[in-house]
Amino acid sequence: MNDKMTCLRRALLALLLAGMAGCVCANKSALRGTGDLGVIIERAAGTMLVVETATQSTLARVDGLGNLSHASVVYSRDERFAYVFGRDGGLSKVDILRGALVKRVEQSGNSIGGAISQDGRLVAVGNYEPGGVKVFDANSLELVADIPAEYGDSGKLSKVIGLVDAPGQRFVFSLWDAGEVWVADMQNPGKPVITKFTDIGSFPYDGLITPDGRYYIAGLFGEDGLVLLDLWNLDAGVKRIMPGYGRGEEKLPVYKMPHLEGWAAAGDMMLLPAIGRHEVLIVDQRNWQEAGRIAVHGQPVFVMARPDGRQVWVNFAFPDNDTVQVIDVPSQQIVKTIKPGKAVLHMEFTPRGEHVWVSVRDEDRVDVYDTATFSRLATLPADKPSGIFFTSRAHKIGL
Amino acid sequence: MHKHWHRPKPSPGFLTVFLAGFMTVQAAAAEEQTIPAERQQELIHLLKQDCGSCHGLTLEGGLGPPLLASLMAGKPQIWLRQVILDGIPGTAMPPWRPILSENEVGWLVTAMQKGVPDE
Repeated sequence: MNDKMTCLRRALLALLLAGMAGCVCANKSALRGTGDLGVIIERAAGTMLVVETATQSTLARVDGLGNLSHASVVYSRDERFAYVFGRDGGLSKVDILRGALVKRVEQSGNSIGGAISQDGRLVAVGNYEPGGVKVFDANSLELVADIPAEYGDSGKLSKVIGLVDAPGQRFVFSLWDAGEVWVADMQNPGKPVITKFTDIGSFPYDGLITPDGRYYIAGLFGEDGLVLLDLWNLDAGVKRIMPGYGRGEEKLPVYKMPHLEGWAAAGDMMLLPAIGRHEVLIVDQRNWQEAGRIAVHGQPVFVMARPDGRQVWVNFAFPDNDTVQVIDVPSQQIVKTIKPGKAVLHMEFTPRGEHVWVSVRDEDRVDVYDTATFSRLATLPADKPSGIFFTSRAHKIGL
Repeated sequence: MHKHWHRPKPSPGFLTVFLAGFMTVQAAAAEEQTIPAERQQELIHLLKQDCGSCHGLTLEGGLGPPLLASLMAGKPQIWLRQVILDGIPGTAMPPWRPILSENEVGWLVTAMQKGVPDE
């Protein structure tokens, strides 16, 4: 990029940050796409940066998003709007082209994350308080359906975690307190049809769905093992996989729950974080049996596959969260250990995986690494950055 | 913070509880002196960021319950210390003994009950 452009961009950013109405495009008449854009959550300030991966630069900062101490983002299918799920139960719709908040609803007291439906018309939020799922019209953010996560006979509500979208206009999620997995069919948005799977195991802490939308997997905190649900065959019920992977050994104290985000898979092998262990587990998807385990630097939090599946990048829980390790999937070996700095919270690959962006919370930086050479290419200043979300997620099931 | 120790009539039990409370406060004051300012900053940072990954950055709650001063003030310090040091088995609350000294936990409990200052 030439100097003139850089200057222009800086000037624009200064204008935007000064709070003047602006547009991410260089002038309002210029057209641009959003496929190389993304957002970075600034968790302490409750703000969000709009970034451009092609130029590795920041275009705008959006504020007024409430408490983002835990936050996640999904995108509209036109990749223009980011739906931000905040800790305080706020659901915000942000126009990333304009770098501006469009609409915000405070829909619960405390939430964990959300999903967008197959047809892009519904946004669902998983809530801790009051426990359940609320479903909104993606356009207006008006409430469409309320699904309280009531369990047992006492009418208690469970915290909801691991909410994902699934084909067939469905949402799938797990109930932390209840140990259940629910599938909500939203074909008739106002009247969800719920299928419940009970007694699945103790304290499911997160869930993911395979890229083909067929299998939902929930990790268990209360016991060793994971829960598998075949969404093509709900009648078969849930199946336990990797039971007793800790082999009866006491697990280590868990200072941060792992996240099951995305699908770390290469060929038939799937890689998952072991809870309370310094291990990444390998599962053979053909038979759902353990196919090995890899000793790593600490307790894994994110185990993320580069889009081509050749590498898996892993970050770690406190107090080992200054480190990132790279696993070469075919050889199941760690090929690189990087120390980006204190408190690495998240990693996001560019759509085809040549770069990875890494947020380093305590050093107020997001670093961009080349995934082939492992060299650091760029650094962007960010205020206590956490989640990084690129628009390419818009077209991936479960993201 | 002693409100919850009020009883209608003084009794030997009252005296014990009162003294225990008094001594805890004294101990906390002593801890504050022995923990260097820089470490105090680190502890506040840890409370917000790392306890905050379950209890929320402003301690408003998340997977774990809220730890706001208004809710913590009425809880016995000795119990709070024990929960932090040894965790609560069968829940997601881990023991912090491998990370923090008893002294530091005492200081954190006092800080939480007072309300956490800005970093």
